[in-house]
Amino acid sequence: MQEIPGDLKFMKSHEWARVEDKGTVTVGISDHAQGLLGDLVYVELPGVGDTVKAGNACAVVESVKAASDVYSPVSGEVVAINESLPDKPETINEDAYGDGWLFVVKPDNLAEELDELLDPDAYSELIENEDE
Amino acid sequence: MTHKTILNDSHRALGAKMVDFGGWDMPISYGSQIEEHHAVRRDAGMFDVSHMTVVDLHGARTREFLRHLLANNVDKLKAKGKALYSCMLNEHGGVIDDLIVYYLADDFFRVVVNASTRDKDLAWITKQAGAFDVKVTERPDFAMIAVQGPNARDKVLGLLSEETRAKAAKIGKFVAAEGDGLFIARTGYTGEDGFEIVVPEKDAVALWNKLKDAGVAPAGLGARDTLRLEAGMNLYGQDMDETVSPWEANLGWTIALDEGRDFIGRAALEKQKAGGVKHVMVGLVMDEKGVLRHGQRVVTPLGDGEILSGSFSPTLGKSIAFARVPAGAGEGLQVDIRGKLLPVRIVKYPFVRDGQSQIGA
Repeated sequence: MQEIPGDLKFMKSHEWARVEDKGTVTVGISDHAQGLLGDLVYVELPGVGDTVKAGNACAVVESVKAASDVYSPVSGEVVAINESLPDKPETINEDAYGDGWLFVVKPDNLAEELDELLDPDAYSELIENEDE
Repeated sequence: MTHKTILNDSHRALGAKMVDFGGWDMPISYGSQIEEHHAVRRDAGMFDVSHMTVVDLHGARTREFLRHLLANNVDKLKAKGKALYSCMLNEHGGVIDDLIVYYLADDFFRVVVNASTRDKDLAWITKQAGAFDVKVTERPDFAMIAVQGPNARDKVLGLLSEETRAKAAKIGKFVAAEGDGLFIARTGYTGEDGFEIVVPEKDAVALWNKLKDAGVAPAGLGARDTLRLEAGMNLYGQDMDETVSPWEANLGWTIALDEGRDFIGRAALEKQKAGGVKHVMVGLVMDEKGVLRHGQRVVTPLGDGEILSGSFSPTLGKSIAFARVPAGAGEGLQVDIRGKLLPVRIVKYPFVRDGQSQIGA
């Protein structure tokens, strides 16, 4: 299990969000989630310019086993997507918190929505309880 | 209650991800499911298939009983040790289960049926056996390990006594031999050569460990599923069930309509064939990115069908599936994936044979 970087915030549904210096939010799925899904073989990303809403499905990751919706942790406009993922979805398995990022959002309502997310300790606790 | 095979602790010690499979706590993978798949295609892998049900049939009229019970004809089994794949049908021609039957002696046949259908299979077989004085004995005292891949046989042979090795090395495909307390069948569910080994429970962990030391990679049910789909093999419950006849599951090749043999379901099968089979099972490949999955709608010019078994194919690097579609549908098929219609094409399967793609570009 990869160590969870301290600057991430999480949804209970296993997405992570990182607020970058310039105020945008990078989104991915947790290392725990990629482990549950197994080998990823397909990623469907939103388009640049799309509007996403916190808590709504806006991407899909598929492993050999199953398809899983990805929910946006924050509302706003998609300003970048990880173009290398469609050809190399296994990047998410290899580096969920780094090269396996999915998309970047320019947030509308960051302060309020950040409060809804879990910090790394709370997320660790959540997945520990899930494992039992 | 969840059942555990004798190898459950071995799987957990290897760090397997366990899932419930038909009431059994089974390994879906030990690490990367795709690597396990490739290990079987390129070298040798092993699966714990102890959840499958071994049933021994004893009695002077066992052959006669099986002629009645099964849609394929056991009279094809002329040499001892020979195996036959067959469907077991209900009166309506629906598939109760698919199974392998071994001819071991004139008064002794062995049947291996699916785990998920154990209870109804045993009830059905027992009910039908009464009229033939055949004794039906389940063998929960056996574990089963499938060793599959181009190097699988050599790795197994290296672990056997000289006498058993000589016997097991000689057997052809779909034949079993016995020795060293093992029942060794040259069968499988991956499209690769190999053995399925029935082993007394008390010896199973030791055999598993010896195979592992010989370089056989443990592989889970996830890899087993992608391997069998690539190999064009049906999965009971997904590709056929009691509402579907073998004609509709592309299993016509297993039906023996030999003269004068009155097997259960025959009248219904003949009637269906005479009236024309309305739905057929086909192989699909999707060249677009995405994954075909069970239950997706298939749009054809002749009406809708649906995906049965569907998955990503690790060998081909694209998605493949079985689908049930209106008979005659050939071109212009699309699959509905989350509301988007993507083109798919019908291909002959197996999708992969001897490790090589069969589908063309």
